[in-house]
Amino acid sequence: MIKFLLKGLIRDRSRSLFPILTVVAGVMLTVILYSWVKGTQTDLIRANANFNTGHIKIMSFAYSQESDQIPNDLAYTGVAKLLEELDNNLPEMNWTPRIRFGGLLDIPDQFGETRSQAPVAGLAVDLLSSQTPETEILNLREALVRGTLPAKRGEVLISEELSRKLGVKIGDTATLVSSTMYGSLSTYNFVISGTIRFGISAMDRGAMLTDISDIQRALDMDDTAGEIVGYFKDDIYRNKTASIIAEEFNSKNAGEDEFRPVMVTLRNQAGLAQTLDLSAYISAVLIGLFVIVMSIVLWNAGLMASLRRYGEIGVRLAIGENKGHIYRSMIAESLMIGFFGSALGTAIGVAISYYLQVHGIDISSMLKNASMMISDVMKAQVTPVSFFIGFVPGLLATLLGTSISGIGIYQRQTSQLAKELEA
Amino acid sequence: MKNLLIFLLIALFDLFAQTPEGNFILKKVDENIGSDNKISISKMHINGRRGSRTIESKSWIQGMERSFTEYLSPPREKGTKMLKLGDQLWTYTPATDRTILISGHMLRQSVMGSDLSYEDLMEDTRLSNLYKSEVVGEEDYQDRPCWILQLTAKNVDVAYHTRKIWVDKERYVVLQENRYAKSGKLLKNTEVKRVEKNNDRWVPMEVVFKDMLKSGDGTQFIVESIQFNAEIPEYIFSKAALKK
Repeated sequence: MIKFLLKGLIRDRSRSLFPILTVVAGVMLTVILYSWVKGTQTDLIRANANFNTGHIKIMSFAYSQESDQIPNDLAYTGVAKLLEELDNNLPEMNWTPRIRFGGLLDIPDQFGETRSQAPVAGLAVDLLSSQTPETEILNLREALVRGTLPAKRGEVLISEELSRKLGVKIGDTATLVSSTMYGSLSTYNFVISGTIRFGISAMDRGAMLTDISDIQRALDMDDTAGEIVGYFKDDIYRNKTASIIAEEFNSKNAGEDEFRPVMVTLRNQAGLAQTLDLSAYISAVLIGLFVIVMSIVLWNAGLMASLRRYGEIGVRLAIGENKGHIYRSMIAESLMIGFFGSALGTAIGVAISYYLQVHGIDISSMLKNASMMISDVMKAQVTPVSFFIGFVPGLLATLLGTSISGIGIYQRQTSQLAKELEA
Repeated sequence: MKNLLIFLLIALFDLFAQTPEGNFILKKVDENIGSDNKISISKMHINGRRGSRTIESKSWIQGMERSFTEYLSPPREKGTKMLKLGDQLWTYTPATDRTILISGHMLRQSVMGSDLSYEDLMEDTRLSNLYKSEVVGEEDYQDRPCWILQLTAKNVDVAYHTRKIWVDKERYVVLQENRYAKSGKLLKNTEVKRVEKNNDRWVPMEVVFKDMLKSGDGTQFIVESIQFNAEIPEYIFSKAALKK
């Protein structure tokens, strides 16, 4: 029976080609849209986690209240002891201290006077210890454009864009002009060891990356850090676990001291909760609407096919075929069309999404003044859901369209057939 | 009726006679404090959220265009020097042996963690050059009768769009000042705590600056000594002097 129906579909292209193409197009677009939105969300979370929020971040309470202003005068003091406690109590996570800072990077001329200078957004991390996770977290080897990673104190990485702006080369001296945590003017000489490009416009405009020990010395922040970031060792953010860890830590460290440590999860930083919730809500609505529209289109295609075959059904009834048999055979045909169309649509959609996952689309020209931690290359992400987000509605909509339109078979009167055929 | 009219006219004339024009008061303020050459030694007590500290400095000031400041203590700041030449501010720190131009957003940063910004140091001290003024009231401040002047910037390139100052009627010293952004937000407040006579001038010797956007108790600026019309060697106002 199935073989017979299949042959009919293959031989009569008007019954198979257009319906299958419609299903393929709808399913493919649904898969690409889903994978694209998922990829953008994942990129946003990853970029924020790696460069800003960590999976969990510890700050002093006072610092956390103004963290967007990077108030290093309110940074947490007693980092070594806290890191030891964290390593003992929460071994499932990697902890690493960071200091964010702003200032001017000044390049001297032959007389030691200012030749060029530019504002910098600095990040001081553990670059020099043998166990540092930062090289992997910040993907520094991939980000390196010229030169080498800092190998000793006093060396610094700056963004490729900044190096061109300042007109410096590897090995040149650059002086950081900033403020100590007590507000005094601070100047500190570095040697440029390399240039980097993270592919995030907000970082690449004026980034400066240095070992934390240099900045602790430059900004008078001995045993002090603005932030201590924690990452799950498998690099997968689990909001529920992170929330439980943060809650326990904060209840243990509750008090009135404004410099007590507080722990904040990724979701609760940098407005990410709202951004992610809004993005998830909008993408759910968009995908939902898209699936509904596609279902209507496919349903309509099923209806049209049945109407077009009105005469054929009449003849089949006239030669004695049972109404139920005709109805079931049409359902079986629609299931075949739906299955093949959805499978093909999913395959093409996943293939295109995978291509976009690997190569992405460069949107850097749109992010020139962006301050959001978002990658310059938007990439899709193929997940298990990508394989059925389009397949199920593709199959069901075709089936539903034929099921409803096929009801007409039962209202068909064979007595009217001769008249219809004459017409 | 005629007598009443004459009385009112006399009262009005008397009122105008007692209230000088805002610009006149401002010029008198500038005349009192302005000097061609000044040498001063001062201390700043900075009261931050993490505690207090004191910074001592010596300044050589020539007119409104040139000044040179050397920080004397504490040890971390000792030897740091700043040179103002017109609209440029250069700094030298012995730790890096570098002469650096302070520019851009750094000018809005705090000077040594105080409630003063580099922009505050850079601006023309003669208010009459920068602002139009209007007398908006009278009030006693610290038991001294004062004019209240509303100052509005003549140009857009000033750090504060408007200011409100309380000027001692007798000494022509600004005893209190509020500095506002164009939006009307109060940015800074200064209160003069002690005024002393130095030759023919009344000099604010102790001033509390408060950056209203910062927490903390403000910065107390104390003039230890001040010498008006002092002899200042020309080399002081050169970049070479920074490294000496």
